[in-house]
Amino acid sequence: MPSESLELDVTAKLGAFDLEAALALPLDGITAVFGPSGGGKTTLLRTIAGFERARGRIALGGERWLDSSRRIHMAPHRRPVGCVFQDARLFGHLDVRGNLLFAARRARNGGATVDDVVAALDLGSLLHRPVADLSGGERQRVALARTLLTDAKLLLLDEPLSALDTERKADILSYLENLSVPMLYVSHAVDEVALLAERTLVLADGRVRAFGATREILERLDIQSITGRFEAGTLVRARVVEHDPQYHLTTLDVGGQHIVMPMSTRLAAGDFARVRVRARDVALATARPRALSIRNVLSGTLIDLVREEDSPFAEALVEVGDQHLQARITRASADELGLSVGQSVYALVKSATFDH
Amino acid sequence: MDLGPIWLTAKLAAVTTLVLLALGTPLAWWLAHTQTRVKPAIEALTALPLVLPPTVLGFYLLILLHPGSAIGSLWVQATGDSLTFSFSGLVIASVVYSLPFMVQPLQTAFAGVGRAPLEAAASLRASPLGAFVSVAVPLSARGFLTASVLTFAHTVGEFGVVLMVGGNIPDETRVVSIAIYEHVETLRYADAHVLSAGLLAFSFVVLLVVYSINRRFPVHAI
Repeated sequence: MPSESLELDVTAKLGAFDLEAALALPLDGITAVFGPSGGGKTTLLRTIAGFERARGRIALGGERWLDSSRRIHMAPHRRPVGCVFQDARLFGHLDVRGNLLFAARRARNGGATVDDVVAALDLGSLLHRPVADLSGGERQRVALARTLLTDAKLLLLDEPLSALDTERKADILSYLENLSVPMLYVSHAVDEVALLAERTLVLADGRVRAFGATREILERLDIQSITGRFEAGTLVRARVVEHDPQYHLTTLDVGGQHIVMPMSTRLAAGDFARVRVRARDVALATARPRALSIRNVLSGTLIDLVREEDSPFAEALVEVGDQHLQARITRASADELGLSVGQSVYALVKSATFDH
Repeated sequence: MDLGPIWLTAKLAAVTTLVLLALGTPLAWWLAHTQTRVKPAIEALTALPLVLPPTVLGFYLLILLHPGSAIGSLWVQATGDSLTFSFSGLVIASVVYSLPFMVQPLQTAFAGVGRAPLEAAASLRASPLGAFVSVAVPLSARGFLTASVLTFAHTVGEFGVVLMVGGNIPDETRVVSIAIYEHVETLRYADAHVLSAGLLAFSFVVLLVVYSINRRFPVHAI
């Protein structure tokens, strides 16, 4: 199905800060929004939702939400977007159920039902609680549930799960991943969203620094210094080969070669998983090393090498089959090994993570 | 005992409170959300009845409403009745006189609710009016109660403006405070005692209610 896209070309001024963004956001799947705080992530979401006075154009399909040259500014409640705010913003005069019904009553084409979201976000025991009694994580779950009830064409999620514990977060993220609603997802935790976001948008100082497929963005060596919060690394698509219950290990196939990771019983043999490998957990060798505690040695080709000036480090990108790994090594080793783009290398992977 | 003044006072206070709820709510909402530079001027105008002697207010209202004035003559043409020295005139005067008691608590309540819950309501498809009715009003419930109670009580306690604009016409403009004044003038102290003690008790109870509301029902937007 060819998807619509949200066409955006806006400037918004807020005191000394200004946001300038021009992009076409395809309306399918999850788009992660990353960047340092104060970089404009929240302002971008608020501009799309219609809460900030912006100049320029925003259009979805043929529908103009904003066209300042024609004095068009569609009111926020008419835009088919759903917002989850950083601070939840539940209605204090209603209980949890009342907050959900507020949204359900106003949904025009009936998105999810109240029963759906209550089950998905495990709100059954909270329904009759006043919102003032909820913990931060509970508030965020109710706020998310409330927004999922609207018939939004686009969800704008501003760190919606920041107060939740890891396990709960993983459950909710996999639920969100399976929804057919496109979303813009602001998060500070790259591991949280990198695993499920198809696209990533990097914002810094109110400007779009990068926008594209998450894998490519994470591999782009030039923007890693801007974003700062990024823990450099790559996403790898891997197939589960087998579990070894005795040593609690799972064998994965990465680009035709095997790596071994701490066992994840969530996955069955044959499943595909996305695995995040941090650059600092990858070392390089020019010959296959022997007698090493690191079990994961992948042979590949060096396809990019960036020596950071005034820094001890260099970032290397290695192609393993159809997958990429990034390695953070010292400039001294890069020179000693005589690394150059195109040569064969061995990537030593100390560890990797997959959350679900 | 003549119950006429008590009934009339209650009617005047009730009608004034209802009219001010209708007029004061939009004004307070506007003041709480506007960023215009004339806001301090409007706030000062709204607060004037707090500091002006009732005689000054009454004097200007008399000038404005008497049958020879533009407004007064229009009213006479429309209703055949005079605005001065009538119940209708008293309502207008009371609305002006009690305006700050309605607007100020409401403005504080609306400002306390802030924009955040309204944005949340808008993102859940509530129209601005819908968000006002189903989010801002319930979250400001305490402000509405305080404003209504204070407006009602302050109207009950008005004297100078009534005397200037309404005079002392039984069942038309002779409210409790005027009746007390007349009793004292005619040395009927026993009657004055009854009404005065009644007003004193009423005013105390009203203030007690207001302070209890403010203490016991904190409402927060999360």
